[in-house]
Formats: sequence, structure tokens, C-alpha cells
Amino acid sequence: MFGYIPMGMAFGLLMANADYPWYVATLMGLFIYAGAAQFLAVGLLAAQAGLLEVAVATFLLNSRHIFYGLSLMHRFKARGWRRFYLIFGLTDETFSLLTSQPYQPGQDETRAQLQMTALNQSYWVVGCTLGALLGQAIEFDTTGLEFTLPALFIVLVIEQYRSVRRLFPFAIAVVAAVVTFVLGGAEQMLLISIALALSLLLLGRRAGVTP
Amino acid sequence: MSWYLVGFIAVMALATCLTRALPFLLFRRGGDHPLMAYIGRYLPPAIMLLLVIYCMQAVDFTEPPYGAPELLASGMVVAVHLLWRNSLISIGTGTALYMYLVQSGLLV
Repeated sequence: MFGYIPMGMAFGLLMANADYPWYVATLMGLFIYAGAAQFLAVGLLAAQAGLLEVAVATFLLNSRHIFYGLSLMHRFKARGWRRFYLIFGLTDETFSLLTSQPYQPGQDETRAQLQMTALNQSYWVVGCTLGALLGQAIEFDTTGLEFTLPALFIVLVIEQYRSVRRLFPFAIAVVAAVVTFVLGGAEQMLLISIALALSLLLLGRRAGVTP
Repeated sequence: MSWYLVGFIAVMALATCLTRALPFLLFRRGGDHPLMAYIGRYLPPAIMLLLVIYCMQAVDFTEPPYGAPELLASGMVVAVHLLWRNSLISIGTGTALYMYLVQSGLLV
């Protein structure tokens, strides 16, 4: 979860590089709180994209979060604002942490989930702010800094493998990506390939190939 | 802060929150179904790998440097993470290597 500090700093540096005041990065970390979307935002802001386009692009990029909620629904016992905050804070990293830590009997699960979510977001907001302040203070060549995002996802892939100990979800992802690439759906590549992966998972279960 | 920027942040925040809240709004008890448990267990690893591939889709492997900075830096992240299992170190070293490779022009 410490991955969120350098990643947030990378985002803050990119925002400072685009000449935004430091608190814009802080506000984005507080209210948007989505790694990939905020990196996308740097590009969308530079292009002065229309707000409808921003809404659609963000929804598509973050559509994977729909499945996070589906798989954690039975573990979220919190109610009221606590429930809202857990749902609001369901990022890739938080999801990965919540699903890789098994429930221990006797533990106050809601409390543990809230702590993890809040701690994760505080790392992220601190990272965003530090990066933006640093970027304002010194001139910095940020070329290549965007690699923080794929690096985070690679780490999450390894952690997911450690949690499920199966290779077929990854094989399915590769097949889905190749098919999407051949179909040429570059614009909505992510959403199409996720839908394909889901179909393959369901087919595999139907055919009795997967557990 | 301009109104455009305020609107931008509000729209992106709402769109993000909507993706996270949608299943909770649509299915009240879906989480108990064995099929949902199956999807919940095996779809996320597939999505994570798809995200890695998605990040790399702009890389041109047919022209020099044939995606070498991306491949080397990814290999670095994997190796370092398998060794120390510390996200901070894995992401930091991989990104630092990538920045060095693209800024130095070593592989062009």
C-alpha cells in the first residue's frame, strides 16, 4: 500500500509540470481518488476535453471497479456513511488488499476495512500533494514517470497470482487481449477485453474447464 | 481555479464513484451467489493483467527500440517484487529504470 506514495507523487509531479497549483492535485486525490483516472486526467486536461467526454472516458476506464463491488458485496457489512466511504474508496490497490487478506474470526471486519481504506487514501493524498509541491519547487524532467501506473499493475498481477494460485485467469486475459487487438477495438479496448474475459470465465465454468 | 477545472473534477469524481457504487445499487444480495463468488475470485486477476496490457498498447514493438525500455523496466519490477515483495521498491526501481532508459536515449 506504500506504492500509493510514489505513485501519487508521480501524479503530482505531472500536474505541476502542466502548471497547475499544488492544491489541484490534492483536491483530485481527495475527491476523485482513482490512480489510473487521475493519470488519464492529465492528458484530458491538456486537451481541454469536453465534460461529457471526461465522464465517458472515466466511466469506461474505471468500469472494472463494477466487478470489485460485485466480489466484495458479501464482505461489506458496514452501514450509512461508513458503507459509502468503503464503496467510494474501492480502488485497485484497496480492492487487492481487501481480497488478499482473509477474514479472521473475532476481528471487527468493518473497522479493519475502514482503516485500510482511509490509510490507503491518506497515502495517496499525501503523495499527490508532495509531488505537486516538489514539482513547483524544482524543475524536473518527468519523461517516463508515467511508467508508475503499469508498474503498479504489474505488482498487483503478482499479488493476485499469490492470492488465487491459478494460471487460467491470466491465460484468459491474454486471449481476450489478443482477440480485442485483432478486432481492432483500440478506443474501448479495455472495456471490450474485460467483457470478453468475463464471457470466457463463464464459458470455462459451463464447460467444466475451470473450477 | 477555473469553473472548467471544478466541473472537470466533479464529473470525474462522480463517474468514478458511479462505477464503484453500481453493483451495490443494482444487486442487493448478489454477493451470496456462488457464480458471483466465482467471478469475484477469478475476474480481478484477469483484469489486472489486462490493465498492464492496456498501459502498453501505445508501445510500438516493430520499430527501434522495439519496446525495450518497457520490457526491461517491466522485468525489473517483476524481479524486484519477487525478491523483496515490497511494492514501493518494486514500483520505484522499475520506474527509475524506465525514466533513465527513455531520457538517456540509450536504446534509440
